[in-house]
Amino acid sequence: MPPQLKTLLPVLAVFICIFLVARHFLIPDSFGKYGHYRANSMDEIAALPAHHIGKAACMDCHDTEAAKLNSDLHSGLTCEVCHGPGWQHMDDPEKNKLSKPGTREFCGKCHDMNPARRTSVIHQIDIKTHNIDRANCIDCHNPHAVWEMKD
Amino acid sequence: MGNERLNSSRRNFIRKSALLAGTLVVGSAVKPFQAMLFAANEPEKTMPWYAIGIDIEKCIGCGSCARACKAENDVPKEPFFFRSWVEQYTIKNDGTLAVQSPNGGIDDFVQTVPEAEIFKSFFVPKMCNHCAKSPCVQVCPVGATYESPEGIVLVDEKYCIGCRYCIQACPYGCRYLHPEKQTADKCTLCYHRLKKGLNPACFDVCPTGARIYGDLHDMNSPLHKFLKEHSTQVLKPQLNTGSKLFYNGLSSEVR
Ligand code: HEC
Ligand code: HEC
Ligand code: HEC
Ligand code: HEC
Repeated sequence: MPPQLKTLLPVLAVFICIFLVARHFLIPDSFGKYGHYRANSMDEIAALPAHHIGKAACMDCHDTEAAKLNSDLHSGLTCEVCHGPGWQHMDDPEKNKLSKPGTREFCGKCHDMNPARRTSVIHQIDIKTHNIDRANCIDCHNPHAVWEMKD
Repeated sequence: MGNERLNSSRRNFIRKSALLAGTLVVGSAVKPFQAMLFAANEPEKTMPWYAIGIDIEKCIGCGSCARACKAENDVPKEPFFFRSWVEQYTIKNDGTLAVQSPNGGIDDFVQTVPEAEIFKSFFVPKMCNHCAKSPCVQVCPVGATYESPEGIVLVDEKYCIGCRYCIQACPYGCRYLHPEKQTADKCTLCYHRLKKGLNPACFDVCPTGARIYGDLHDMNSPLHKFLKEHSTQVLKPQLNTGSKLFYNGLSSEVR
């Protein structure tokens, strides 16, 4: 073996060792557990709080509204479609009020006439002409039980 | 002359066979790393393998999914950042196409094409296709985006360097750069909700049941029923992305 190689070999060995040690510390524990990524990041994503808490959770405190909603044609809707996500409201209902949208624009998001909406799926009215003598839809329709009319 | 040609063609033959043999050797050596080349393979059936079904005929374009998604995942309210959004396609009688998506469907859809000119109009809700051979995963230089063993494409925020390669790579436009975090962001199929036993937010709020998700391994899941009962299609099948978002009633005009 040429002498210059003999002196270079230890240097090479040292470099490989440094590389291995650095690699050990730079690569996170869970990297490569399932694939070319950090498996722990899945747990981090899974730990995020859920914002929509679901109908069942609202029902615990608002059983009259929930019973009413389930009794009529809006039974397929969750509370949070209209009222927005309820996670903060659940913790402190007095401080974190939810919105109560009953305007023409809001109901119109589902019910306004549009040729792309199938009448077999959703009943539609023209929000610009349907009973415009009252400002809002909820002046007549009860949002929870839609055919319970105010007069 | 004739001899020379014979020689050169023999040389060519040997060269080509050597190339073929070399490719085979390299190919077989690379095989164990296939996962890196083609992203995840469908794993053993120990975990669910999630897929999505969307029934275009039932979608009423109310945008509840887009609103709920923004609220659930703290997506910036400012327009044009969406994990889940809705588009309205209108095919006119003369064959031309009009597509609109007012603030991703969060604002009301208003049909601007006069009724008499409309041949067909429908809504297409869009979200991440959670491809099994995701182009976005393949281009990530740092291993910050990946397919989970459940078949969900996720982003590791801590590792993402914000290079935007994946945003370019996604053929469905499902990724964006989060303006505050400066990392790539996308639909996680509400992974945090799935792990808590809840439905993803957009599926929960859909008023007409136009969206279905489920485990492809579970032959009794509602998703399998949906796939059996309808003739479904994925977006851009020619790209072979292994998309797991199946549409019923998809027109070829949808891109
Ligand atoms: C822990 C019990 C609790 C839960 C769970 C709960 N609420 Fe409430 N909610 C209350 C209380 C108490 C009030 C009355 C607060 C007040 O009037 O100051 C209230 C008020 C409301 C109001 C009226 C607010 C107003 O301005 O008048 C709405 C709408 C509402 N809740 C919707 C919901 C929805 C939707 C859910 C499910 C996501 C929900 N709540 C879950 C306790 C609860
Ligand atoms: C179609 C949309 C819609 C849905 C779905 C809906 N709400 Fe409401 N809710 C409204 C509107 C609009 C109001 C305001 C009614 C008013 O001011 O007269 C309201 C009012 C309320 C109030 C306040 C009642 C009051 O007397 O002030 C409560 C509590 C409430 N909703 C709870 C619920 C719960 C719980 C659910 C789910 C079971 C639910 N809502 C589902 C639209 C909806
Ligand atoms: C998230 C979508 C959505 C919103 C918002 C919504 N609805 Fe509905 N509504 C539905 C669905 C779905 C049905 C059941 C299908 C049908 O019959 O049209 C329905 C049914 C109805 C019906 C009965 C139609 C029939 O079949 O006879 C009325 C009336 C109605 N809604 C009024 C309202 C009013 C008023 C509001 C605003 C407070 C409202 N809706 C908001 C989705 C919605
Ligand atoms: C003056 C009271 C009044 C107001 C305000 C009102 N409605 Fe009605 N609505 C009615 C009555 C009465 C009917 C049943 C007769 C009819 O179809 O016109 C009805 C019918 C409907 C239907 C069923 C249509 C069908 O084809 O079966 C829907 C959906 C509806 N309303 C939604 C709304 C929405 C959304 C708003 C707000 C933009 C609204 N309504 C405002 C009184 C009202």
